[in-house]
Amino acid sequence: MTSPLEQKKIRITGPSVVTANRTHDGVVIYRTPQHGWSSRLADAAIVRTSDDARALLAEAVADDVGAIGSYIAPVEIKDNGEIAPGNLREHIRSEGLTIELPVPA
Amino acid sequence: MYAYDELDRTLLHERVEEFRDQVKRRLSGELTEDEFKILRLQNGVYLQLHAYMFRVAIPYGTLSSKQLRALAYVARRYDRGYGHFTTRQNIQFNWIKLAELPDALADLAEVGIHAMQTSGNNMRNVTSDQWAGVAPSEVEDPRIWSELLRQHTTLHPEFSFLPRKFKIAITASDHDRAAIRIHDIGLRLHKNADGETGFEVLVGGGLGRTPFIGKTIKPFVHGRDILSYVEAILRVYNQYGRRDNIYKARIKILVHELGIEKFGKEVEEEWQLLRDSALTLDDAAIEEVRSRFSYPAYEKLPHMPDELKQAAHDPLFERWRKNSVFPHKAQGYSIVTLSLKPVGGPPGDATAEQMDVIADLADRYSFGEIRVGHEQNLALPHVAKRDLPALWKALDKVGLATPNVNLVSDIIACPGLDYCSLANARSIPIAQELTRRFANHDTAGLIGRLHINISGCINACGHHHVGHIGILGVEKNGEEFYQITIGGRADESAALGTLIGPSVPYAEVADVVEDIVEAYLALRDSPDELFIDTVKRLGVEPFRERVYATR
Ligand code: HEM
Ligand code: SF4
Repeated sequence: MTSPLEQKKIRITGPSVVTANRTHDGVVIYRTPQHGWSSRLADAAIVRTSDDARALLAEAVADDVGAIGSYIAPVEIKDNGEIAPGNLREHIRSEGLTIELPVPA
Repeated sequence: MYAYDELDRTLLHERVEEFRDQVKRRLSGELTEDEFKILRLQNGVYLQLHAYMFRVAIPYGTLSSKQLRALAYVARRYDRGYGHFTTRQNIQFNWIKLAELPDALADLAEVGIHAMQTSGNNMRNVTSDQWAGVAPSEVEDPRIWSELLRQHTTLHPEFSFLPRKFKIAITASDHDRAAIRIHDIGLRLHKNADGETGFEVLVGGGLGRTPFIGKTIKPFVHGRDILSYVEAILRVYNQYGRRDNIYKARIKILVHELGIEKFGKEVEEEWQLLRDSALTLDDAAIEEVRSRFSYPAYEKLPHMPDELKQAAHDPLFERWRKNSVFPHKAQGYSIVTLSLKPVGGPPGDATAEQMDVIADLADRYSFGEIRVGHEQNLALPHVAKRDLPALWKALDKVGLATPNVNLVSDIIACPGLDYCSLANARSIPIAQELTRRFANHDTAGLIGRLHINISGCINACGHHHVGHIGILGVEKNGEEFYQITIGGRADESAALGTLIGPSVPYAEVADVVEDIVEAYLALRDSPDELFIDTVKRLGVEPFRERVYATR
């Protein structure tokens, strides 16, 4: 996974979302169509063109108080409409670690 | 132990309150993230994939039981019940909430712990041999000098806004446990022909994208001159850093581009201007710091107590003792390494419960003192030999007596893609799989000393370049791949490993490592020839053949 922190030009090749971490506790969040944030990928606004991606990102970045490190992340839209993370990094952000935590939650 | 004075304590509390105010202003929107980022980095706070990460310094790897309990408390109260010991004598918490960080810092400040010098482009935590002060045949306790440097550089403007981060490590033993050759500055304490104590100074070591082994810039700098000499190095580095963008990088690049002779000459010129300044340490200043390190009142104890003789009949105890217990400067005592590398576990993690147990055991058996080493293990530095069997039993109960210290399953690994926002690939599950493959400790014992190091990206936090076997996560078409090197080492004969061939996918890494180990067992000229020596003798070719013949 090349880190999206190195994202320079905005050009998307498939369905994407805007994601960040919530400022006060760092929790992974997704920009929603209602111009807010949700910690569930299922609630994320999906963009399909680079222009829309740019606009959604701009809106997210403008919320500097609520979110930190906004960027565009790929997703996969399943046949049943479910939104799935587009790569392993996003999978880990959305579903959690691929290992057991030393202390079970 | 080191006793902080009132000034240190006041400073810590002031800093916590300052940060509390900054966090408040960040959360209210008064500070933007851009403005806040540098402030949080000065307090050890990074952003990771799932949460903020909080890095806390353990200066020269020395902790009191009280401090370890405070770390356990923070793990439990503000995090998810565990912490991760790193390769630079720090501990990281992975799930801290920004809003609660000031409270966590305040709790740690109560026991003299802080997060200064753990992140940002400044002087980082000056690290040291984790056996400092107890290793036999050590020239002098290197922590005295770590502390002098720490005091001098903490919050000092010259060291707080450097072109990049800057790392110093100090050792005072022939065997280098502090990895000084892969630090920006490495200091080796020794005595010159006149019996005076001073430092061999190395510069320009470092890993990351462009790895270098540090080179000796001056064979002997008297102890009293060490601050002015280090400052001279920093000035030369800072000057180039400002003049020309190319050098706005780590000192290793500068040393490489200028050459060690020219760099050394410039440092020497700078030093002539500084050497008789206020930076010269007088004996009283050195003595003052020395006097604040206290050592236990060791008893006169037998070299081979009955308890130990008896326990020697238990093969499980013996196996643990042989690789976890090390000679101590005081007769009848030992240094005991506690493996944080259980089979199937993430390297370097300790649960709050384990930390509390270790703190209790330190009180009972090690004069209340714990050490943290760069191999991501802990140590109890002053254990009476008669107590070893009882200590072993107590450690075993909480999973801290894995008899694999320095063996193939004693793996150094960075957090990798499970936690880290910069990662290409995962590190921890690779380490876990390897510990399962080499779960038989008797077999591992026959393989002998073998260090595996894993990093999830080129930043090299897991020191993969200097692993006897190094594993580096890279990305290939969106998939996790790993480059494998062999022949690296981090000790006094430090060397960078050599790539054995094309990178391999996630699922094959453990197989490849097993192939390498099998090749070694077939190739070594005797059971005494360590892996690293076989690689040195034969080069990588036979290993490459073995690994890629069937791939
Ligand atoms: C999880 C959060 C972490 C992040 C974001 C992070 C980031 C980085 C970065 C960006 C560098 C390269 C900087 C440079 O070359 O100037 C670096 C170097 C380093 N990190 Fe980390 N790191 C993390 C965790 C760790 C951990 C857990 C360890 C120890 C196990 C560690 C030990 C090191 C060391 C020793 C280096 C220096 C390597 C060298 O000599 O260049 N880091 N880290
Ligand atoms: S080596 Fe890379 S992946 Fe591992 S912790 Fe460092 S920055 Fe993260």
